[in-house]
Amino acid sequence: MAKYKNLILICAIFLLSTLPLFIIESDFSGADSIALEAIKETNPEYKPWFNSFWEPPGGETESLLFALQAAFGAGFLGYYIGYKKGQKKVRDR
Amino acid sequence: MGGIVVHFLKRILLTFLILVIIVVLPKPAAAMHIMEGFLPIKWAIFWTITSLPFIILGFFSISKSVNKNPELKLLLGVSGAFAFVLSALKIPSVTGSSSHPTGIGLGAVLFGPLAMGVIGFIVLLFQALLLAHGGLTTLGANTFSMAVVGPFAAYGIYSLSKKAGFSQGIGIFLAASLANIMTYITTSFQLALAFTGPTGFLVSLGKFLGIFAFTQIPLAISEGMLTVVIYNFLAQYSKNELSQLTNTRG
Repeated sequence: MAKYKNLILICAIFLLSTLPLFIIESDFSGADSIALEAIKETNPEYKPWFNSFWEPPGGETESLLFALQAAFGAGFLGYYIGYKKGQKKVRDR
Repeated sequence: MGGIVVHFLKRILLTFLILVIIVVLPKPAAAMHIMEGFLPIKWAIFWTITSLPFIILGFFSISKSVNKNPELKLLLGVSGAFAFVLSALKIPSVTGSSSHPTGIGLGAVLFGPLAMGVIGFIVLLFQALLLAHGGLTTLGANTFSMAVVGPFAAYGIYSLSKKAGFSQGIGIFLAASLANIMTYITTSFQLALAFTGPTGFLVSLGKFLGIFAFTQIPLAISEGMLTVVIYNFLAQYSKNELSQLTNTRG
């Protein structure tokens, strides 16, 4: 059972993350907008005094960049996992 | 053997208990970094100055670890990669919105809070420049919440839980998940300080905490569990590096 602990954890994470999609009616809009609304309520006269140098032209490009960020990180993690498993194989021989 | 089964069943049960509680309190919420330009200039400067020394100290901390043990470079890369991946994921929460986990727990527990400060800063800089997520004016504040408070909370909770005799897994889980929550509590404080409005600081704080804290809870739990999964792998396959790290930390 102990050797399944990682699998169990991963299943639990998967459930936790996907359950909201099934039980909640929402478009799951990202966060910044709601904090923005709150600021409008407390300080309605506030205007942002600086704009980002560059913004992704649209939702699609933004998705691409987030996906790339995740992919680079995941790629490195995958490389590390493979490297270490190979190392162990050689060591245990 | 039965103990381990009970242990994990308890953990999963706790997760679902919290889930049920959160479902019963529906609140429209969302949480992420503070957007570009959304901190008044005096606060932007304040938080930048506050977080700067930590980043500088972090650079020294990293050079020290890596110079002593060059094999640790890969592991540092793993800590960074983990933060990169998790920060890029928008995960739906039971509150009906979505947010990002932080991913700084792993590196904080392995390399200490100062080193992780630098990595968190790099992730934030990347996201501010290329994704217009967060911002340059708010980089100081976001660095303070995610790259200073977060890692320190993770490291502190991990140390405390080891002293209390909890298992490695529980320690890592608590460190990563609570650090996630602490990061967003800090963000709430920062926003409440900057936007007290006519109703005052405490009311603002309550509002921002309501927005940020509840959404984060399921994400924090997921992050805690995921950090444990990665750590389990490292404990099995990277024993040398882990013992080197405990030696450098003393």
